Amino acid sequence: MEGEDRVSALQARLAEAGYIAERSLSASLLLFTEMQRPLLLEGDAGVGKTEIANVIATIHDCPLIRLQCYEGLDVNSAVYEWNYQHQLLSIKLLEQDHVSAESAEQTIFSKRYLLERPLLAAITQPQSPVLLIDEIDRADEEFEAYLLELLSDFQVSIPELGTIPATSRPFVVITSNGTRELSDALRRRCFYHYVDYPEFDKELRIVNARLPQIGPQLSRQVVAFVQDLRKIDLRKTPGVAETLDWAGALFKLGISSLDAEPQLLMDTLVCLLKTREDSVRLEPFEVERLVARAL
Amino acid sequence: MQNELQLAGLLQRRLVEFVRLARSNNFRVGVAEELDAQKVALSCGITASTRLRWGLRALLCSSQDDWQRFDELYDAYWHPANVQSRVSAAAAGRSRKRPEPHNATESSRQEAVRSSDADSQGAGDSDDTSDGGGTREGASFAATLAKTDFQALADPDEMRAVETLVDRLARQMRKRAIRRQRVSKVGSRIDLRKTLRGSLRFGGDPLVLSYRERIKRQPRLVLIVDVSRSMSMYSFFFLRFARALVSVFRDVSVFAYHTHLLPITEALRQTDLIRVRNSLAMASQGWSGGTRIGASLATFNEKYGQIVNSRSVVVIVSDGLDTGEPDLLAAQLSRIRPRCRRLVWLNPLLGRSGYEPVSQGMQAAMPFLDLFAPAHNLHSLRKLEPALTSL
Repeated sequence: MEGEDRVSALQARLAEAGYIAERSLSASLLLFTEMQRPLLLEGDAGVGKTEIANVIATIHDCPLIRLQCYEGLDVNSAVYEWNYQHQLLSIKLLEQDHVSAESAEQTIFSKRYLLERPLLAAITQPQSPVLLIDEIDRADEEFEAYLLELLSDFQVSIPELGTIPATSRPFVVITSNGTRELSDALRRRCFYHYVDYPEFDKELRIVNARLPQIGPQLSRQVVAFVQDLRKIDLRKTPGVAETLDWAGALFKLGISSLDAEPQLLMDTLVCLLKTREDSVRLEPFEVERLVARAL
Repeated sequence: MQNELQLAGLLQRRLVEFVRLARSNNFRVGVAEELDAQKVALSCGITASTRLRWGLRALLCSSQDDWQRFDELYDAYWHPANVQSRVSAAAAGRSRKRPEPHNATESSRQEAVRSSDADSQGAGDSDDTSDGGGTREGASFAATLAKTDFQALADPDEMRAVETLVDRLARQMRKRAIRRQRVSKVGSRIDLRKTLRGSLRFGGDPLVLSYRERIKRQPRLVLIVDVSRSMSMYSFFFLRFARALVSVFRDVSVFAYHTHLLPITEALRQTDLIRVRNSLAMASQGWSGGTRIGASLATFNEKYGQIVNSRSVVVIVSDGLDTGEPDLLAAQLSRIRPRCRRLVWLNPLLGRSGYEPVSQGMQAAMPFLDLFAPAHNLHSLRKLEPALTSL
């Protein structure tokens, strides 16, 4: 039963830090921090994957190091880079001092001239940081393979400098949007959690926690509206981020109930509908129906 | 004390068995996970049932599909009273190595495997390629596949011919620059790291410059093959084509559809042809009648839409004989078109003399296509080579 208590405790701490997590997610996170195995998060855009990394950093009071992946990401921008300007300048200065070529090389390829990029920074911290590798599917297979090596050895070798072992093991959170199938090897090395759109209760608690000023009536209506909207076949289903945006917008415009100003309400739907097709599709009468159900 | 030890030993065994059951249900887990499962159980507390479930779920799942199947598998194993049929149906023919059946799940699973084998073998006797024209309702997909297509998939000569062609295609397919770069002797951007290292020889003067250039890659291929009844004469050939593509191209995804759409890339990737056939037949069980291109493409857009990007060439292989709504087809194609580089439709019927693409589905699709070409055998595909390589 002690384990159950720890899950509840973690859940409470997450809530304190502003992240409403269901019990199963809390349990995964507890396991993840205890066993220090990377955590792979999948789910639609806007369900709060990145936020999970943020909140873990907050509750453990450790730095968050983020690596945003993109096509063409390579070692230079992910692991380390030399500070070339600095190096070139030093070469000239060393030349004036008539320093031998060998010791000049030793000087300019020392840690002083090394620029740490996220992956190297993450393993050389005095305290375990949270390393967020965002949208790993955007990087290519080569990078994934490299990452795999890093995650098993926790050391980086730099040809000019030698091997740099990890001083601390980071908590690695990896997110993926599924634009490419990840390798089995990477999947196997990670814990997996699929983050789904939140249920009504959870989303309501999120809105209340993030935007306490909007009041219980509006937050209830907003969440009910969005929950119903998700059931409609839209091209881009609104996530939690969109719900929060919309609730914030309604509050700023002084709307206290969804049926108060229909025209203004239609105008605020840009917060939820992110493609032209979707905004054409959702006709006023349908909005009215959704509003009526949400009240 | 003795009892506790025994209990612990028993639980360990049950855990290991569970991990193996997961493996035979196509979860991507290995021996390492058997050990990790023990750690997870220790960390979660074995008595905390829900936590153990969540913990094992995080450990053993590695995709959304696994995630959704896990609870059922867990219940079936740990609460045998609730055994459900889907677990057994989902198990592919991988379970041969399992020592002995230990409960209802296991034996029913093996039965499923056995029956599928029987299916495909029994089906081999009758050959019905003669009625290739026109749609006929009611034939299940599994039957269609087993009877005509995957039996023929094993013919080595034709397979080799297809492989040669695909190999040539792959080499000639125009490569496109992507954003990843590498060091080279020529190029437009200087690679500072290499240049600086090279300059040390000359006391810091960069006399020899190194450059960076972009790497060129083949396009990403997405192949969507119609395997319905009306295509039965051709689909075996295209699945071979797809299999050859999968082995040669780095980045290719293959889907088969009939009334539903299924990803079959992994199935095609298996080296053993018998297994390819079995896992395709297993995956497609329970399908029936009609061809719904529009609905299948809708599934594609919804579930796998993200794999299409600006480097993708999407190839749809179908005769365009659709029992669904043509409007839906047009709508789905209009969603794919702007996101891919080229949209190609290969229609086997186009090779027949006197065929005009007048079916409603085909008419609806025409405006969105970059290339609409016949492809009914190896020969026509060879003729298509220049068009495909220049895409």
